[in-house]
Amino acid sequence: MIFLNIQQIGAMATVQDLGRRGLQHAGVSGSGPMDMPSFRIANALVGNEPMSAALEFAGVGGSFTVTQPVRFAVTGGDVDIRLDGTKVYPWESYDLLPGMTLAIGALRDCVWGYLALSGGVDVTPVLGSRSTHLGTGLGGHEGRRLQAGDHLPLGEATASANLALRQPWRRSARPIQVIYGPQDDYFSADVKETLLGTPFTVSARRDRMAQMLDGSPIRAVAGHDIVSDGTRPGSIQVPASGRLLVLMAERQTAGGYPKIATVASVDLPRLAQVVSGRAIRFARVSQERAEELLIGERQALRGILANLVAKPRNDNQRGEILH
Amino acid sequence: MAKMFPRILACGDSALCVELSDIIDEVISGQVIALAQSLTDTPIDGVEELVPTYRSLMVVYDPEIIRGRNLAISLQHRLEDLAVGDSHSRHFDIPVVYGGAVGMDLEALAAMKDLTTSQLIELHSSVEYRVYMIGFAPGFAYLGGLPEILHTPRLAAPRQRIEASAIGIGGKQASINSVPGPSGWRFIGRTPLRLFDPARPKPFLLRAGDRVSFRPVSEDEAAIVARSMGAGEMDREAVLK
Repeated sequence: MIFLNIQQIGAMATVQDLGRRGLQHAGVSGSGPMDMPSFRIANALVGNEPMSAALEFAGVGGSFTVTQPVRFAVTGGDVDIRLDGTKVYPWESYDLLPGMTLAIGALRDCVWGYLALSGGVDVTPVLGSRSTHLGTGLGGHEGRRLQAGDHLPLGEATASANLALRQPWRRSARPIQVIYGPQDDYFSADVKETLLGTPFTVSARRDRMAQMLDGSPIRAVAGHDIVSDGTRPGSIQVPASGRLLVLMAERQTAGGYPKIATVASVDLPRLAQVVSGRAIRFARVSQERAEELLIGERQALRGILANLVAKPRNDNQRGEILH
Repeated sequence: MAKMFPRILACGDSALCVELSDIIDEVISGQVIALAQSLTDTPIDGVEELVPTYRSLMVVYDPEIIRGRNLAISLQHRLEDLAVGDSHSRHFDIPVVYGGAVGMDLEALAAMKDLTTSQLIELHSSVEYRVYMIGFAPGFAYLGGLPEILHTPRLAAPRQRIEASAIGIGGKQASINSVPGPSGWRFIGRTPLRLFDPARPKPFLLRAGDRVSFRPVSEDEAAIVARSMGAGEMDREAVLK
């Protein structure tokens, strides 16, 4: 058995895979990564299947050792990474050998980072997924945040070259696109104009469940209570406070606040990655156009994952002795 | 403004909400379940998930396989041909130990309603409830059919931890807790059954459209049920009815 030993770790780190699918009717939140493209790229860079589990962290990474040689990659954004003190880079994979210490510092331009390890984090799946759902203590490592002293089992991996992206994965800086509804008829035209016409600040009140936004209060003309219905990642709930609450990966499966709009799937990871205190703007997009954007992004991501480049063998300190 | 039902609403770029009403109603709930059943029996390619709630069905789809516009047309046709029956409805008899540490509100609630605790228990266990939806937490059942006299507002300040087995009342609804957690509902008892256990082959006891009634039992009887569950004897239906 190969283990990842966690010596230090940031406060919000969990084990995540693609998420728990098909159980929303039973009240089970999908969970999964906050930034799906970054998560998928991390896994691909170490040669893992898309289903493999990796570590997600917020802000600060941590320091790690392993009991057998593995490959690792860090994605999400710009971050200081040291292998036994030597600087290495995100968005490409390296060897991590027993005796070496991997230290991941603070993310500079984003919120959520990913550490993928070859073989994947091999915790026992719960309801078909290794994703942690903190709210109900399901999945991941003991259903909780990771902490110093944890030992995580890793799966076996086949030998392979380290990989890099052919070109960087860039997040656009355009406004966050939203599709009106399902309860946009609870809001007046003026209020919807406020939603689109004024900036909102990404609040520090955020977690894997929801992101609060500060800005002009949004008032519903038809009241702030609905008969509870289903939620989606990206649902923008409007409670009586008038403060927008965007539901994220760990959201509750049903909710009783009207939802003025839904963030387009392609822009939800981007919203998750906006640093607290920064302003964002919303722009309206049709459901049809948002579908096209999603299809386009998936194709682009598939292209990137299919065109990773093998790094020269000597591109990792001591890397040539692996495998 | 008067709304026309049914209507099909966008929930982003990968889900539609088929809204049949804006009220809580047993007939509407039956239609929601029937639509979900129809889509389970005869699936539409590209539909990934069906989420029945009180008065709507959320249909999650993959836009690479079917576009929302086309899915909405298919769903409209399904609605037109929908046969609503109760053939898929199951009944569960839920044993309850009323009162005790988990049912901490039993006496106060009885006093509030000017009832004895046995009258309250009789009222609560004399009717059949409908599972309107499972949501909020894994396996958490929202039940309709609570006798009106037992309707009670939620607490102003939620309690930090309520047990997974707690039998609750919140507004017009009854509930059976499935996971431990904070709650502002009132609790009058506990059941030895577990609505949610991820280690079981069938992790969820109830689903939307089921019917349940509560049966008062003694601590001893509850312990027997709990033991037989632990021994793996019971995968619900067998012991329940």
